[in-house]
Amino acid sequence: MKHRTFFWFFLPTGLAMLLFIAMPIVSVVTQSLFTPHEAVLVTVETCTPFSCAQETTIDQEATAALREQSPMGRFVGFDIYTDRGHLAFSEVAQAWHSSDSFGEFLKQLNNLPFYRAMGFTIVFVFVVTPLVIVMGLLIALAVNTVNARLKGIVIFFSLLPFVITPLIGALVLFWMIDSRGIIGTALQWMAGDPSLSLKASTGLMWISLMIYGVWHAAPFAFVIFYAGLQTLPMDQIEAAQIDGASRLQRLRYVIIPHLMPLVTFVALIQLMDNFRVFEPIVGFNASAHATSLSWAIFNDLGGETRQLSSAAATSVITILGVALLLSPVLVRTWRDYKGKV
Amino acid sequence: MFLKKFAIAGAMAALMSTSALACEISARVSIVGNEFPAIQSVGAGAQACTGAEVKTNLTADHQKINLPGMQGNPAEYTSAIIANSSIVALMNEDVIRPLDDLVAKHGQGLKKNQLITIDGKIMAVAFMANAQHLVYRADVLEKIGVQPPKTYEDMLAAAKMIREQGIMENPVGGAYAAGWNLAEEFVNMYLGMGGSHFKPGSAEPNINTEAGIKTLEMMKALSDYMNPDFLTHDSNATNAEFRAGNVALMNMWGSRAATLVSADGVAQEVVDGFAIDGPMTVGGGSIPASTLWWDGWTVAKNISDEEAEATFIAMMNGISPAMMANEEIRTQAVWLIDGYQPTDAAKGVFAAAGMNTIPYPMLPYMGLMHTALGNELVDFMKGDESAEQALKDAEAAYIAAAKEKGFL
Repeated sequence: MKHRTFFWFFLPTGLAMLLFIAMPIVSVVTQSLFTPHEAVLVTVETCTPFSCAQETTIDQEATAALREQSPMGRFVGFDIYTDRGHLAFSEVAQAWHSSDSFGEFLKQLNNLPFYRAMGFTIVFVFVVTPLVIVMGLLIALAVNTVNARLKGIVIFFSLLPFVITPLIGALVLFWMIDSRGIIGTALQWMAGDPSLSLKASTGLMWISLMIYGVWHAAPFAFVIFYAGLQTLPMDQIEAAQIDGASRLQRLRYVIIPHLMPLVTFVALIQLMDNFRVFEPIVGFNASAHATSLSWAIFNDLGGETRQLSSAAATSVITILGVALLLSPVLVRTWRDYKGKV
Repeated sequence: MFLKKFAIAGAMAALMSTSALACEISARVSIVGNEFPAIQSVGAGAQACTGAEVKTNLTADHQKINLPGMQGNPAEYTSAIIANSSIVALMNEDVIRPLDDLVAKHGQGLKKNQLITIDGKIMAVAFMANAQHLVYRADVLEKIGVQPPKTYEDMLAAAKMIREQGIMENPVGGAYAAGWNLAEEFVNMYLGMGGSHFKPGSAEPNINTEAGIKTLEMMKALSDYMNPDFLTHDSNATNAEFRAGNVALMNMWGSRAATLVSADGVAQEVVDGFAIDGPMTVGGGSIPASTLWWDGWTVAKNISDEEAEATFIAMMNGISPAMMANEEIRTQAVWLIDGYQPTDAAKGVFAAAGMNTIPYPMLPYMGLMHTALGNELVDFMKGDESAEQALKDAEAAYIAAAKEKGFL
């Protein structure tokens, strides 16, 4: 393609990306480097239905003057990134010096909101992503062998978990695993322990969240793999059959290599999605046991006093995290591409 | 379900016909607020006005959207229905206007105690009072032969007896969901223990104290008698437990208690045994472990004077004394509106006010403290760390947030 043609083809996409991706990132990075002005506090008489009292409040006139002077607020550089709510450099250093063993250090690290969120996120990403790929592949293989007349309806039902709005899906499961819900009660009966509660134990809550993650995303992998299976060259399969390859060998040496580019694609999307795990944590009311960076942003913005700078810093860290996580896959794809050229 | 909707529609129609008499507005009105029966009545009253459109957006997530919705110019929302905690966020960002001129022009019939006055300027009009107080099952307490508890220590003793006699496994209910609810219970209990969240005259935190530790120990002791899922139970879930007959004692909002057993499918014994009492004290203190709240409405700053006036008139219609003639509306809350005759359901909130319960602090940095408490106390409630450590963490989280917002 001529450069000129390419330019005109790319222009609309390029503009949209600039407007909807690049500019918000610039804005969020800027926001994370500035914080609101020092609050100017005054004590004034405040009367409510109950009583009048001297209470502290913000001096609006003085604050307005400050804002006029420097509308961006205070420039603080990377202070927000290094404070206790984020990377917590000084707290980590202190934990390192004060702990006798590595286990003790990890325990202290887990007490800091950022590292606690990362702990759960990383486990979630590396448990859910491979399981989604395996489950998706198994469902695709199974559906592929189903009688053609039943296929439509089987595909429809297999897709349902992915079609349901994530928050609704999470809420449905949340009520089912409640200690008075159908799954919760069944588990209590099976374990013979009436006080067993999935929601009260961190470990069980993590497992529930991961089961939800796989349940929700496996259909996505399934559709992709199923589409891939339709492009499988039958002559190769037949040739393998003639060579005496067993079913498993055909899967291992013909089908999976054929689907490999799709596996990379699903892995990329899933790594990204799972790193931003959010809906199940809100839907399961699980913040006591599991948090993630996305949840931390939600929490910063949802409090009675919004912490925009803190949320912005967490957003930037999330972007960097996703980039870091995807880099091995992207590097591999790039190498494959170069090898082909 | 259909019948219920029909009844509500009927009630609303009746309301509109009574209050639409004199309400004529000439500019748009858009209201954002929390979602519970009393506020829905206020919204419906405002919507009865004619002449221009009155939109309402009543949702439990109101405080996530009211500030952004009022910061634009012109503001999307011309009025936010708020409480003493949430007005602070709007005041901090200077998005609500003083109402003195509008009160002088259209505020006939407002009582003086309805006017929220800050530094001599009227910033909000309150229409109801609220507090958490004891809600209990009189039949269950009768069975074990004890009086309704006046202190949290009595509550624990009663809970122990109920469990030991095999009446209920988890007789105590509490909105202890991680986050806002858990922090609110701490705030209540800490004030009851005689604590104060900040060092006098400053934004320095003051919760890692002996009172703080005693507060957490009491909360932990109570949670032993709660449904094991307590860290996921907000007031809705706690009420569901009470309605299902699983709970005999709980600290509940007055605004929820009034309509607690009027839901569909509540067992007759729960309806019959349902009773309300004042808030409890704790640790030998005389001030209840609860906080007083008011709910009121504000008018946005970034709107035209016509819109502000229309909003004021519509909101005044939403809290008109004529509404107090409606029996259903009257029971929904402890109204501050002129002509309100208290119902039995209001007993708990009145007792709270009479016992000198402390109002929830309207400090600019209280919201940050509340958020920090809601996140950092869970480890202690789960039994994963000591009370001292949890309080230390909460203070550290608060300090980081307060530094960011320029309070420290």
